[in-house]
Amino acid sequence: MSKWIEEYILQFPKAWEFRLGDSVDAAVKEFAVRNRDTLGAIKSSVISVIGAIRGTLEGIPWIVLVLAVVALAWYLTRRWRVGVAYGLMLVFVGCSGLWGHMLQTLSVVIASVVLCVLLGFPLGVLLTMSPRANRVLRPVLDTMQTMPSWVYLVPAVLLFSTGTTPALLATTIYAIVPMVRMTSHGLLYVDAEMLEAARAFGSTRMQTLIKVQIPQAKPTIMAGVNQTIMMAMAMVVTCALIGANGLGMEILLATNQVQVGKSLLPGIAIVIVAVILDRLTQAVAKRSEVQPDGA
Amino acid sequence: MERDVVLKADKVCKIYGANRAEAERMMAAGHTKEEVQKKTGATVALWDVSFEVNRGEVFAIIGLSGSGKSTIIRCFNQLLRPTSGHVYVEGRAVDSMSKKELLELRRHKVSMVFQNFGLFTHRSVLENVAYGLEVRGLSKTECAERAMEFIDMVGLKGWEQSPIHSLSGGMKQRVGIARALTSDPEVLLMDEPFSALDPLVRSEMQFELLKIQRKLGKTILFITHDMNEAFKLGDRVAIMRDAKIVQIDTPEGMTTNPADDYVRQFIGSADKTQVFTAQQVMIGHVCLVQEKDNPSNALRQMQREGFSSAYVVDNRMRLLGVVTAESAVEARQKSRPLAEYIERDVISVPPDKLAGDIIPLTVGARFPVAVVEEDGTLLGIITKAALLSCVS
Repeated sequence: MSKWIEEYILQFPKAWEFRLGDSVDAAVKEFAVRNRDTLGAIKSSVISVIGAIRGTLEGIPWIVLVLAVVALAWYLTRRWRVGVAYGLMLVFVGCSGLWGHMLQTLSVVIASVVLCVLLGFPLGVLLTMSPRANRVLRPVLDTMQTMPSWVYLVPAVLLFSTGTTPALLATTIYAIVPMVRMTSHGLLYVDAEMLEAARAFGSTRMQTLIKVQIPQAKPTIMAGVNQTIMMAMAMVVTCALIGANGLGMEILLATNQVQVGKSLLPGIAIVIVAVILDRLTQAVAKRSEVQPDGA
Repeated sequence: MERDVVLKADKVCKIYGANRAEAERMMAAGHTKEEVQKKTGATVALWDVSFEVNRGEVFAIIGLSGSGKSTIIRCFNQLLRPTSGHVYVEGRAVDSMSKKELLELRRHKVSMVFQNFGLFTHRSVLENVAYGLEVRGLSKTECAERAMEFIDMVGLKGWEQSPIHSLSGGMKQRVGIARALTSDPEVLLMDEPFSALDPLVRSEMQFELLKIQRKLGKTILFITHDMNEAFKLGDRVAIMRDAKIVQIDTPEGMTTNPADDYVRQFIGSADKTQVFTAQQVMIGHVCLVQEKDNPSNALRQMQREGFSSAYVVDNRMRLLGVVTAESAVEARQKSRPLAEYIERDVISVPPDKLAGDIIPLTVGARFPVAVVEEDGTLLGIITKAALLSCVS
């Protein structure tokens, strides 16, 4: 009797534990094995696309890239100082011997952001147009957003082993949520009277979407793109754990060797890239803002 | 001449909420909207609303917020669907139209002007005005051409490329009206179009609308909460209260024959007495006598100017009171000074007092009210006739 109390009352009963984790592992593994050819094809195409992006970035002379950032920052903010500051920050990254690593990181970020926008925007539209899709997808999005980012790493590795391909998958899953959410939010919260006007003048749903909702939601959608970029940036760094080369890998290596200085520099480089990306996309979002119709 | 009915609402009801059947039963039994809401939780927005609007007529619906006026107007282009009853445009039931028919109706027959303009802020004036044509699939040049015609008509020529946020409120609503006219509709639904504008711009826009109406002869359903506006624009006026129509009549008919106290109260709110001040309605021409004048002089003065009484002032034009012709005669007979016969119970008001506040003062007053400046200087008088002419 006392043994029973000990096993079933004082402690959570061991007999009730089930091995959900194990069976998921098995299922994913089985899936990976069964679809080895498909996954392999995906992997090689991903590698070649990201390779192409990286090749393009590397093909650009560093001075052109720096000047392009300076010019873009000036164009968006109309302040020379901002542009020059960004340029100097990039030069600092180069001086730290991290130029190539930065381009590696950027190429994965670019690829995953493009994927996020291409998938996330239509998903956001779907969420807006169909209440049913909304009911199904909302909890999924909530889960995706609250799940610790590490969790995405393991299945990505199981499917695509290590390297940039699983990094791209994990990054895209992690970073797509704000794109979907902000798109749907922007489309839903268009001024009610404006939507009534669109209907009253005989717009079809599609016309309302294209001619009124999307243009009106543009600033919100751009804010979504901005958030997606920032999240992708953060995740790509984490993806060093599954073998994604770049700035994150430099930190990881330095950490393993307990070299504070060596890990600090790529850390700063990440901050620099993130800040520049953030400010530039925010400026783009701001420019797309329609002046509010203050009556 | 046979009446040409363009818009018709036939026993239209709109009830929001789950317990509709019960709400309907209660309303039919004569309970009020509040009682129904309390008991069933359902909101009755429209109950048994019926009216007809003839071609070329301006039909104004007036009511306070929550009276259902904005709901009924939205039934005519099916932005809202009635719970029961039918809505007809040119004899066709709008509520049973297919999607395609409804699009056609909205694109060609019925267009709408909104309280807060409902303009597309990401589009220029021209693109806003052309919107109705654009969704029809007309070519860009044709859209622009026809849009320009109406931009011109509402007086916005030269502004067509401007962004919406650069316009004033009045100009925004001109864009709204141009947008509604561009699709050449038979019917204009105007949902409190001028309520968001300040009073001066509002009356300018009302005038403008009447001008356009005279030119184009549209059938207009006009929603407002301002009785003056309803009476000014409406050929006929409907008053709504708590989801029901209380009275439908011409402005004249409603003024002379209000259906109940509620209507009377509403009409009361329409009078100009809340607008005009004492200074604006007073008569400057007054028979004036000085207190030291002798009675014969005063009488002659009254006779010459055709008054039966004179206002007595001191040498600095400060009002002292009134002498009547009778007392002046008496003074002359008894050869007493005029000053002894001054009646000092004259009602006086400052020049900025509202005409509406003066009316109660005149009840039982023997003399016209005097308009007097702070230092006592007499400016003029207000007769009952002058007050009445500003009421009507």
